Amino acid sequence: MAAPLYQIPGQQAPSPGAPADAHAPVADRTGERTVAEVLVKSQAGAVIDDLERDLVGLAPVKSRIRDIAALLVIDKLRMNLGLQAHVPSLHMSFTGNPGTGKTTVALRMAEILHGLGFVRKGHLVAVTRDDLVGQYIGHTAPKTKEVLKKAMGGVLFIDEAYYLYRPENERDYGQEAIEILLQVMENQRDDLVVILAGYKDRMDAFFRSNPGLSSRIAHHLDFPDYPAGDLLRIADKMLEQQNYRFGPGARAAFEEYLVRRAPQPHFANARSVRNALDRARLRQASRLYADQDRVFTADDLSTIAESDIRASRVFEICAAH
Amino acid sequence: MMTNPVGRITQGQFSYLPDLSDAEISLQIEYGLSKGYAWSVEYTDDPHPRNTYWEMFGLPMFDLKDAAGVMLELQYCRKAFPRHYIRLMAFDSTRGVESMVMSFIVNRPSGEPGFGLRRQEAPGRTIRYTVHSYATDRPEAERNP
Repeated sequence: MAAPLYQIPGQQAPSPGAPADAHAPVADRTGERTVAEVLVKSQAGAVIDDLERDLVGLAPVKSRIRDIAALLVIDKLRMNLGLQAHVPSLHMSFTGNPGTGKTTVALRMAEILHGLGFVRKGHLVAVTRDDLVGQYIGHTAPKTKEVLKKAMGGVLFIDEAYYLYRPENERDYGQEAIEILLQVMENQRDDLVVILAGYKDRMDAFFRSNPGLSSRIAHHLDFPDYPAGDLLRIADKMLEQQNYRFGPGARAAFEEYLVRRAPQPHFANARSVRNALDRARLRQASRLYADQDRVFTADDLSTIAESDIRASRVFEICAAH
Repeated sequence: MMTNPVGRITQGQFSYLPDLSDAEISLQIEYGLSKGYAWSVEYTDDPHPRNTYWEMFGLPMFDLKDAAGVMLELQYCRKAFPRHYIRLMAFDSTRGVESMVMSFIVNRPSGEPGFGLRRQEAPGRTIRYTVHSYATDRPEAERNP
């Protein structure tokens, strides 16, 4: 810029370091001083309590999230006293079988991080390989960058992340997406939190072949399968949300169903529970539909009978053996 | 004198103010995003006032939630065109508006040569005037050394 011939009104002589960076954490000595104050002000405590109440089981995941939240609260206190100037690395990997609650927990995580002020907007952008990797040369970088820009200020959730890396095809564009991802994960750490999710064994193989990615992820959370008791409680919650309930004997039948269904292939924990309940609702509907002249009470319409569950294919197979 | 006394072109918002710092630019972007605007980055080496359409740097950015995304794109553009004019524009897609509603320059070349007045003799002692941008005197590849 050419030197101005006169002073622009309102302009001050430039002093070194005058413009403060809006993103730099500044020692705020008037801020919260106790854990309780942080929790009250950020409402993260409420989100953690919700997590505790709404999600069945998942004890190791919950305790890990509590640990992370505690670290974030303490970091917040430290920052208020000007003790720490940089944001901790918050990228995570969620591994576990299908239907173990990875996406649900990621959504809650976004809320917790937003409540504590570690992401500015707290939205969740869920993507898979198709959203990141292009189809021809020069297509991948803009596509990945667009997704990253949309996720800025929030959480980027990459489902089935191991599909990004295809070792069998050396010209696969997935590697390019990983490189851009790595660069942004490192440089924009305070703008964006990346959560990679997928099945345990394939994620492990993925991290082994991309050590740079693994080392940039601070928190590896493993989601265990639900035991039958937890699945039953999940079923209760699902039915309650839809204003249904189990009729006499139906809950026991459903428990038996779960025990028989779990060892079969393609069992997807909570997702299988939801699908089974949806099918039970279908059967209930056609059972009621057959009674064309009956006047139904609210009770009739919201009860899943034992026969609705027992009609499942799972019981037939077992009976045949 | 066609050039203004500060020797800087004045186009779009904030152009009479000192250059905005990155923090101030993020605040402006944040304001636009809160109004639901889509930001885009454009650059040019010809600041002629009639040069309305500058080159687009990437596509307009829809569905963004945070200023960091636009700032990232701006950093890429500054890296690629450090000696060009770069401006940020906000597009309002509201039905009935559907046009650019914010625009301001975020990067300038170190030297801004300004504009000259050209006179052309026309029949019958008529004089025609036009504004010429000195920045375009040299071929495109040799501008902004």
